[in-house]
Amino acid sequence: MIVGDTKPLEEILAMIEGRPKVLVLGCRGCVTVCNVGGEKEVGILATALRIARKKNRQEPSIDEMTLERQCDPEYIEELAEVAENYDAIVSIACGVGPQFVAERYPGVAVFPGINTTFIGGALEHGVWAERCQSCGNCLVHNFGGLCPIARCSKSLMNGPCGGSAGGNCEISPDVPCVWDQIVKKMEAMGRLEELERVWPDKNWLTARDGGPRQRVREDLKQ
Amino acid sequence: MRLQYPTDVRVIQLPCSGRVDILHLLKAFEDGADGVYVAGCMEGDCHFLTGNYKARRKVEYVKKVLDSLGIEPERIEMYNMSSAEGPRFAQVANEFTERIRELGPSPVAADQAA
Repeated sequence: MIVGDTKPLEEILAMIEGRPKVLVLGCRGCVTVCNVGGEKEVGILATALRIARKKNRQEPSIDEMTLERQCDPEYIEELAEVAENYDAIVSIACGVGPQFVAERYPGVAVFPGINTTFIGGALEHGVWAERCQSCGNCLVHNFGGLCPIARCSKSLMNGPCGGSAGGNCEISPDVPCVWDQIVKKMEAMGRLEELERVWPDKNWLTARDGGPRQRVREDLKQ
Repeated sequence: MRLQYPTDVRVIQLPCSGRVDILHLLKAFEDGADGVYVAGCMEGDCHFLTGNYKARRKVEYVKKVLDSLGIEPERIEMYNMSSAEGPRFAQVANEFTERIRELGPSPVAADQAA
């Protein structure tokens, strides 16, 4: 899922200053699963903003709404009748949400209420970790199912480097060295010799280095 | 026991302090409560094992939210007490009421002068 993190309340309050009618807009997709932008979090953020407004003796007109997804135009369309009523929409979806909403409703000021952090998964309830960097050319099967692009600090294809010590990365003792894990995993699987393969420079054109990406499925296109 | 505690303490019963939600606590402040405290069981004595620990963490979260909003975080607190400790319940009610009285009315309260 796409994992996000809350923005400081002070930052959001500064965004909506001088904008009386505000809609806090959640998303039932990834950000609901990582507890940062779903219906519950819409309630918490909207309540906190209303408390701030009431404290400053301002009209606490902060409404709440949560869409099925904010990355599909058909769900953004649900705002059609109400969007123009607001001076600001604070989208707490991933970075896609505020852009889709802003594009569809150009007359309304749209603000991002969360920071989109990474593509990852939940290690346990309340703990998420990065697992994918969407490089556009998945190779994890060559590394025992562990991604050296997303999980090595240097994205090394031929690791480990000299900074690996005691199973940890040199950037922090809290960051495991994925290359240490890859070697141990491949050894346990009896596939250690596969790591003798030397990987040439990765073609990053499939990643962000090739510019903004778009995917077209001709069979699905209308 | 006929113990006395301040009449302005409004008790909201829950099956376990772990049922307390961040939203419940914030809503109380939104509606103008001057202070909120959660009375959970003694640590280590939760019938559901960790309900009171979870409640404490939620109280800590709301303290941070209040701080960000410029409201004294002391207006919310977590207390632990056994259901067999009537006098402690009354003592905490008195203590917390006194703390809030010293802080004065909530800046969110509707009847505050502008």
